[in-house]
Amino acid sequence: MQDNTDKILNDVTQGDYKWGFVTNIETEVIPKGLTEDIVRLISQKKEEPEFMLEFRIKAYRHWLTLKEPQWAHISYPAIDYQDIIYYAAPKKKAQIDSLNEADPELLATFDKLGIPLNEQKVLAGVAVDAVMDSVSVATTFKATLAEKGIIFCSFSEAVKEFPDLIKKYLGSVVPYTDNYFAALNSAVFSDGSFCYIPKGVRCPIELSTYFRINAANTGQFERTLIVAEEGAYVSYMEGCTAPQRDENQLHAAIVEIVAMDNAEVKYSTVQNWYPGDKEGKGGIYNFVTKRGMCKGFRSKISWTQVETGSAVTWKYPGCILLGDESVGEFYSVAVTNNFQQADTGSKMIHLGKRTKSTIISKGISAGKSNNSYRGLVRMTKNALNARNFTQCDSLLLGDKCGAHTFPYIQVNNKSSKISDDQLFYCNQRGINTEQAIALIVNGYAKEVLNKLPMEFAVEAQKLLSISLEGSVG
Amino acid sequence: MLKIKNLEVSIDNRVILQNFNLEVKPGEVHAIMGPNGTGKSTLANVIAGREGYDVKGEIIYKGKNIMQMPPEERAREGIFLGFQYPVEIPGVSITNFLKTAVNEIRKHKGLEPMPAAEFLAFLNEKKKIVEMQTTLASRSVNQGFSGGEKKKNEIFQMAVIEPTLAVLDETDSGLDIDALRIVANGINKLKNKDNATIVITHYQRLLDYIIPDFVHVLYKGRIVKTGGKELALELEEKGYDWIKEEMGL
Repeated sequence: MQDNTDKILNDVTQGDYKWGFVTNIETEVIPKGLTEDIVRLISQKKEEPEFMLEFRIKAYRHWLTLKEPQWAHISYPAIDYQDIIYYAAPKKKAQIDSLNEADPELLATFDKLGIPLNEQKVLAGVAVDAVMDSVSVATTFKATLAEKGIIFCSFSEAVKEFPDLIKKYLGSVVPYTDNYFAALNSAVFSDGSFCYIPKGVRCPIELSTYFRINAANTGQFERTLIVAEEGAYVSYMEGCTAPQRDENQLHAAIVEIVAMDNAEVKYSTVQNWYPGDKEGKGGIYNFVTKRGMCKGFRSKISWTQVETGSAVTWKYPGCILLGDESVGEFYSVAVTNNFQQADTGSKMIHLGKRTKSTIISKGISAGKSNNSYRGLVRMTKNALNARNFTQCDSLLLGDKCGAHTFPYIQVNNKSSKISDDQLFYCNQRGINTEQAIALIVNGYAKEVLNKLPMEFAVEAQKLLSISLEGSVG
Repeated sequence: MLKIKNLEVSIDNRVILQNFNLEVKPGEVHAIMGPNGTGKSTLANVIAGREGYDVKGEIIYKGKNIMQMPPEERAREGIFLGFQYPVEIPGVSITNFLKTAVNEIRKHKGLEPMPAAEFLAFLNEKKKIVEMQTTLASRSVNQGFSGGEKKKNEIFQMAVIEPTLAVLDETDSGLDIDALRIVANGINKLKNKDNATIVITHYQRLLDYIIPDFVHVLYKGRIVKTGGKELALELEEKGYDWIKEEMGL
């Protein structure tokens, strides 16, 4: 077991970045820099309806009033926002209805990444939306999903085809005023995925989006919006990679999830953006805002993330537990190596009664990297009998890396603590402490970590399985 | 089945049990009696493996020294503790709690989890042993239970878990006469030639219903007198002072 863990750790910290290749494809780009005209141009390129342009302009104007946040335990040279290209699209790609019309270079690229888009070889049981640079390239299994009333398409398409849904939910969980990078994304986002699961429908297959940065000097700003109506269920996964380049590239995404009464959304991500080379040159700056809203009674949102990439990561997926008895979960493994820096964690805001949340975070640092956990758990006055369990473990490989923990816990009522007596009582009935906590926090015992749904996530799955219990932290 | 040798237990350098020895064989019922504060509950906790005590000596269970064994493993190996003050666990139903416990114990024995329907039928069968209302199992563990209901629930759990060694800590305290009869009957029904019970009690009255093979008097952390069931009656009649005087303590 220990040997196995060592092997996994060795593979992940000693291996080279496998996805650093560049696709030779003609790309349409717009001029560098960010102005209101650029925002208008992006909207125009995407042939958006008026409401989207208004949303972007409001966000842009708000962004101008904000300062880049400095509180994270990361340091990087100042970003010149005027030196970034905000829109790049592989040419030839008009609106593709059949994959046969897609550029073979593009298909080859995703093939190489382990994401076959060809009709003949699509991943069994997984519908994939592939996004290269600023646009969605292809979405598989669309027709199958449509039969059940499930919408799974690129964000651009959703804006045109389902404007009412977009108007209703866009910015409803992460408003453009939320933070600096959220405002930036809201102004310039180019594409992403939209999932809508209607009332009572269990999505029969996994949904997945694969993001690929290809063009140089561009930023990637995508949005994901997932809405699960009453009693709906969906498991969704994102993967991402980028070519190896000497310059840093900015990635600022937003993910919003809404779960109504008794709905469940499982969101998993394998984040493997280019981390920079062994001297710390290049790599992606990953500044991401991800949040779920458990709006309905007994709704549930769980986040599972495996982070191995990016030069700098700033990201705190969380849940707003509004509905009574709603459940939020966050499972994370973040690996940093060389000069990588990660400041990541989770936020759980308990508003409803008997709401429950679990945060399990594992940090593995090697080389000269820095890996910080930053989390917030807030129990408001109304959140009677709310429960949270937080566990952070860190592993340091070598003496030049750092691990830090910044937990913030705010409990405004007294009904929410697991006692030693309760744990011993469970132990005495044959239930170990970890399971006892899951039982008390969730109301049922289960495997502590979720399974990742995708075949391309086999490596990441191994990382999730290692236990850091008893290591420093 | 259980051999405790030279057990010494202390908390924060305060000695609670010392020079404690006890042997329990399959099919036996042992009663441990003694005044308040003599270490009865500590003994129960230490056998069950609760942390927070400084423990020396040996506890041999089924031929194995279990001193280093965590509490959940002792439980899976068949040691059951009936709590003096069963804790409330809001949000966890008794059914769910016991299903988790039973399946953990089954896993430990290399058995598959019990199918849900079979498990519910099994629970209903066990409820009869303590005349438990059918609705009780859907409630959160011990939450809002009366003192009597909590103790009944302990014996109900014992019936479901089917331990090899049950240590019942003051199971009779806080019970009215009807509840006492029900709880005692439950314990008697669960008794067989392969399991053993240690009944820890302050009063003799439980022993009107449960006939012990041995009665041990615990005083200041060790067993000062051992006898048959008649010792309990003598204690009841003469009080603990009699032991103190007789033993010259």
